[in-house]
Amino acid sequence: MLATLMATKQVLDIDYTKYNFHDTDENYEYKFPKGLTREVVEQISKIKNEPDWMRQFRLRAYDHYLKRPLPTWGGDLTTLKFDDMLYYASPTQKKSRSWDDVPSYIKDTFDKLGIPEAERKFLGGVGAQYESEVVYHSLREDLAKKGVLFTDTDSALREYPEIFKKHFGTVIPPEDNKFAALNSAVWSGGSFIYVPEGVSVDVPLQAYFRINTQNMGQFERTLIIADKNSRIHYIEGCTAPVYSTDSLHSAVVEIIAKPGAHVRYTTIQNWSNDVYNLVTKRAYAYADATVEWVDGNLGSKLTMKYPSIYLLGPRAKGEILSVAFAGKNQHQDAGGKVVHLAPFTTSRITSKSISKDGGRSTYRGLLHVGKGAKGVKSTVRCDALLMDEYSRTDTYPYNEINEDDATITHEATVGKIGEDQLFYLMSRGLSEQEALSMIVMGFMEPFTKELPMEYAIELNRLIQMEMAGSVG
Amino acid sequence: MLTSLEIKDLHVSIESKQILKGVNLKVTQGEIHAIMGPNGSGKSTLANTLMGHPKYKVDSGDILVNGESIVGMSPDLRARKGLFLAFQYPLEISGVPLAQFLRSAYRSVKGGEQKSTSPSPTGVGGEMISALAFKKKLEEKLKEVEMDPAFAKRYLNEGFSGGEKKRAEILQMAILEPAIAIMDETDSGLDIDAIRKVAEVVSSMAGPKMGVLLITHYQRILQYLKPQFIHIMVDGRIFQSGGLELAQLLEEKGYEWIEKEAAPPAS
Repeated sequence: MLATLMATKQVLDIDYTKYNFHDTDENYEYKFPKGLTREVVEQISKIKNEPDWMRQFRLRAYDHYLKRPLPTWGGDLTTLKFDDMLYYASPTQKKSRSWDDVPSYIKDTFDKLGIPEAERKFLGGVGAQYESEVVYHSLREDLAKKGVLFTDTDSALREYPEIFKKHFGTVIPPEDNKFAALNSAVWSGGSFIYVPEGVSVDVPLQAYFRINTQNMGQFERTLIIADKNSRIHYIEGCTAPVYSTDSLHSAVVEIIAKPGAHVRYTTIQNWSNDVYNLVTKRAYAYADATVEWVDGNLGSKLTMKYPSIYLLGPRAKGEILSVAFAGKNQHQDAGGKVVHLAPFTTSRITSKSISKDGGRSTYRGLLHVGKGAKGVKSTVRCDALLMDEYSRTDTYPYNEINEDDATITHEATVGKIGEDQLFYLMSRGLSEQEALSMIVMGFMEPFTKELPMEYAIELNRLIQMEMAGSVG
Repeated sequence: MLTSLEIKDLHVSIESKQILKGVNLKVTQGEIHAIMGPNGSGKSTLANTLMGHPKYKVDSGDILVNGESIVGMSPDLRARKGLFLAFQYPLEISGVPLAQFLRSAYRSVKGGEQKSTSPSPTGVGGEMISALAFKKKLEEKLKEVEMDPAFAKRYLNEGFSGGEKKRAEILQMAILEPAIAIMDETDSGLDIDAIRKVAEVVSSMAGPKMGVLLITHYQRILQYLKPQFIHIMVDGRIFQSGGLELAQLLEEKGYEWIEKEAAPPAS
C-alpha cells in the first residue's frame, strides 16, 4: 500500500517551523569562548558573585567531570564535541518580574512561543530561561502570600541560603554521573520551588527553556522542595532553533517530597533535532508522599533521560509516564527508575514510544526493591509503535528484587499500525490520514490525558496539522 | 432515487489465489438479502471486497453503486457513497473513545451530504452537528441497541466481549445510517435475545431506507429478519437464489447436499 507509506510519513512529522527562528547574539552581555576549562568554571561563579561553598562545589564537580569516562551504553556520544560548546552565554543579567522589562527581542521570542498568554490563562507562575540565564520570573500573589517560593535557582542561592544549601546537590551529587558532574560545574538558571507545609498549589507553575544561539550548552538546575502534605504541579517546556551544528542541554533536576507531599513534574521537550539532551532527574519521596514524572520527549537528536524516584518512606508512591517520538535521525533513549527502599511502597512505570522514518527509541528502566522493603507493588508497562520497517525500538528492563513478597508485573508490546485497523476505521468514512492520526493519538492517550487540557490540545493539533496533505 | 449496489461477474483473488469466481448480485435500498454458504465459499471475501480491503484484488468484473464503479475506490470513499460493513471481527482501537470515534465517522460520512444542500455556518462540512446534538443522538441509539451508556466513553471495542463488539457494530450502523449495509456474520457469537434485538434494529432501518446484504451461517437470524432474497454461495459463485423457502431447504438438507450438487461433473 503505497498510499499508506506516504501517509505514514506525514503523520508525526512534528511541525517545527513554529520554533525555528532565532535572534542575533551580538549584544549579549556575556558570551564565553567555546570550550570548558577551570577558568570558565571560576568565571561563571564570579559573574554570579557566589558564596565560596558554591565555588568549591563547582570545582569539585569539574574535577570529577574530567576524570569520569563517558557512558558506554545508551546513545552514541562519540559525536558530541564538548570543545565546540559554549558553556555560558547571557543576554542580560537582569531578572524581570514584568514582561515589559524583558529586552523586547527576548519578549518577542516568548510571545511567539505563547508563554505570556498561557501565564495569563492558567498558570500560577512562570519562569523563562534564555540561554544560561532566567530573564523573567513571576508568581501569583496569593501563592506568594501563602509562603510559596518560586524563583530562578541563582536568585534562590542568594535569597534563601539556608534552605538552599540544606537541599542542593543532596539528591543528585556531582559524582552521580558524568553529565551531573558537568552540570554541577557550570550550572546556571533553572527553577527553585519551595511549597510550605500543608499548602496546595492548585494551578501549575511553569518554566520555559529556550536555546537561541549555535553550539549553546544549557545547564539549568532545578530544585523542588515540597514540605509535608503540600501539593505542587510543575511544567517545563523546551525548544531551540535548528542549526547545522549541535547544541547540548544537560540539566539536573532534584525533587524532595516530604511526608504526605504530592509532586507532579511534567516535561514537554521539543528541542530541535541537533540538541543532545542529557538530563539527570531524581526525586526522593518520603512516607506517604507521591511523586509523578510525566515526561514527553518529542525533539532532540539524542535524549538520554531516566527520571528516577527513590521511595524512602512507608507507603510512598511513584509514577513515571514516559513518552517518546523518534523521527528521522533521532534517538530517544528514555525510561525511568524506581528504587523501593521502604515497606508498602508502590510504583508504576508506563512507557510509550513511537518510531518512524528510521528513528530509534529505547526503553531503559530499573526497578529495585531493597532488603526490608516488604509488601512492594510495582507495574511496568512498555508499548512501542513502529510506523515503518526502517525504524527501531528496544527494551532494556532491569529488575533487582531483594524481597520475596514483592508483587511485580511487567508487560511489553511492540506494535505496527495494521492494515486491518486502518481498513476498519476507513470503512467508517475516515481518510487514511485521519485513521492513522486517530490510531496514533489513541496510542498516546495515556500521556495526553495527564496533561493540562491546553497542552493536550496543542499536542494533538501538532499531529493533526501534519495530515493536511491528502491521500489519493 | 433508491441507491443500489450491483455486483457484476466479480472475480477476486487474495495473494494470487482465486476466491470469487464470477459473482452476480444486486441489492437495492429497502431490500434484505441473505447470503448463506459453507465455510470457505467466499462470503467474507465478498464482504471485504465490497468495502475495499486492500488485500483483496479484483481481477475482473465490476462493483457499481448507482451505476458508478467503485472498484479501486478507497474504503472511506465507499463509506461516503453509503456503504457500511459490519465486521465479523471488529478491531480494537486503544485510547479512542467510542463516542469520539463515532462523531468523527459521522462527520466524514454525513458531512459531504449536508454540505451540498446547506453549507454549515462554520464553512466546514463536518461541523453541522453540535457536540450536544450528537451526544443526544448517541444516547438514543445506545438505548435502541440496548447498550449501557457507559460504552460511549470506553475505548473502541477494547475489552468488549464478542457479543458487545457485534452490538457496537449495529450501533455504528444505526448512527451512520448507510444506504447499503453489508453484515458479515453479525449473528455468530450472539445469544438468541441479542439476535432478536439486532434483527429488530436492522429491520426497522431497512424499512424503506436501507438495503441489507447479510452473510450468515445460520437460520436463526432469518426467522426474525425475514429477508426477501436468499442466495447460496458455493466455491466463489452464487449457486442458487430464491426466497425464504430456500433457507428452509438448506436447513433440512444441510450444506453437503449443496456441495454435491455444485460439484462439477466428473470427467
